[in-house]
Amino acid sequence: MLALPFCLLFLVFTVWPVLQSLFMSITDTRAKDLRTPFSVDFVGLDNYTRALSDENFLRAVRNTAYFVLVGVPLTLTLALAAAVALDRGISRFRSAFRLGFYTPVVTSIVAVAVVWQFLLNREFGLINTVLGWVGISGPNWLGDPDWAMPALIMMASWRNFGTGMIIFLAGLQAVPWALHEAASIDGASAWQRFRHITLPMLRPTMLFVSVTTMIGYLQFFEEPFVMTNGGPLDSTVSMSLYTYRQFGFGNYGYAASLSYLIFVVVAIVTALQFRALREKE
Amino acid sequence: MNRSASGKWWLYAILSVAVVIVSAPFVWMVVGSLKTTSELRRSPPTWLPENATLDNYSQLFSRLDFGTYFFNSTVVAVVVTVGNLLFCSMLGYALAMLDFPGKKALFGVVMATLLIPGVVTFVPLFVLVANAGLVDTLPGLMLPFLAAPFGVFLMRQFILGLPRDLLDAGRVDGAGELRIFARIFLPLCGPALATLGILTFLGSWNNFLWPLVVAQTEQTYTLPVALALYSKGQNATNYGLLLAGATVVVVPVLLVFLAFQRRVIEGIATTGIK
Repeated sequence: MLALPFCLLFLVFTVWPVLQSLFMSITDTRAKDLRTPFSVDFVGLDNYTRALSDENFLRAVRNTAYFVLVGVPLTLTLALAAAVALDRGISRFRSAFRLGFYTPVVTSIVAVAVVWQFLLNREFGLINTVLGWVGISGPNWLGDPDWAMPALIMMASWRNFGTGMIIFLAGLQAVPWALHEAASIDGASAWQRFRHITLPMLRPTMLFVSVTTMIGYLQFFEEPFVMTNGGPLDSTVSMSLYTYRQFGFGNYGYAASLSYLIFVVVAIVTALQFRALREKE
Repeated sequence: MNRSASGKWWLYAILSVAVVIVSAPFVWMVVGSLKTTSELRRSPPTWLPENATLDNYSQLFSRLDFGTYFFNSTVVAVVVTVGNLLFCSMLGYALAMLDFPGKKALFGVVMATLLIPGVVTFVPLFVLVANAGLVDTLPGLMLPFLAAPFGVFLMRQFILGLPRDLLDAGRVDGAGELRIFARIFLPLCGPALATLGILTFLGSWNNFLWPLVVAQTEQTYTLPVALALYSKGQNATNYGLLLAGATVVVVPVLLVFLAFQRRVIEGIATTGIK
């Protein structure tokens, strides 16, 4: 009986839409069919084959791959570096630093995207001003097809590394300090100890952080929506943004199939990472 | 270890620079929101505002309707948070303490949906909400988020750690099941409820895709939707106004977060590593 309220809501607003989405993805449902649900036709896997030959969607897939393949390692590196520095390197002000690094995580992506759009401005943005001090003439970040995606990746890593850092910090508690001491008596350098003791023992944590970060990045949406609108020259259209656009055009069936493709990618990537990190053990 | 660690002044220096870099966008946002747009367009930029003004903020709340958006965001976040606290603790308790048929399967299904991206469900969800006539209403913004699987997981894990004897003792004393849950277990769940409450509130406040789809007129915009749409519309180059808008979106959650930061960080750490 205690389970009932949740289960009802869960059934209506999660389970039903997941199944309905699968159903819609094999129909030609469009916005105008909302009132006449029986007029839709089954089209089998047409939506899926259409997606795989839709040059614009494939573009979005490549952009998303770029964002994930560069953004996830960068975010993880920053997170791990901050966690190791805070865990062993210092003994005072630890919680203040931790708080400072974590703060961007809790803020709205839309709001920080608006702020970064201003920071990245070519002429009067803070970033190019600072680059100017050291004699670098900064690019027209969001207006240049080559620089727009790096700018988005930079912002996403800035906003998200705090989560990974917190989880790494918790994982580092499990690394026995005695091992480090023994190794350092045997003459192992700090880097060797990190490489051969800390990293292997952090593997489960690493798996968790990389999977959750990757799942998040595979769906990135707000950043291009606010900052570039997918441009310039479609260089920052993500899979989610493209799906949202198809929905906006009223192509519900097609949008549903695209969203399922995103889901499949998420599932495959998660499974692969579990295997890759397990096998090394 | 502590002896050598406290001597690493260079590490403190690097970390301090890093903290400055990480917080710079927020400082720049707040300082910028007090400048006029013509000052913001100057190159090189000014550091402190020449004539600090609250003009941008008064425009937000007079010419634009940020008061309404603020109200909408708050109402949605509060209702969603209360809903999750209630429903997730109920199911979490049932899964942790009670025996009923299909318990394992139910938990499995709920956990499986944790992985499903929000983008998978929004199209049929929109159709559902549209057929119920709830597009462009606040209930339409809230309903799909009242019961999220994450909260069930969090509450179940926490309640599993509570002594089962309490349940038996309550039954021996003749208390009803609902009473045992509400009077004995719920008060003990304080820390978990606090963590879940804050994380849910932050998530709802910052939520974007769904409100963007459902809120279609200014009466139901939430803050992120309003800010995103203004940043693309005719106010796109009115930087002062946009920075003030971003400040209004960010500062309330920063305050909530700073007040409860221990809970948030512990929550992330404990649910993160299982």
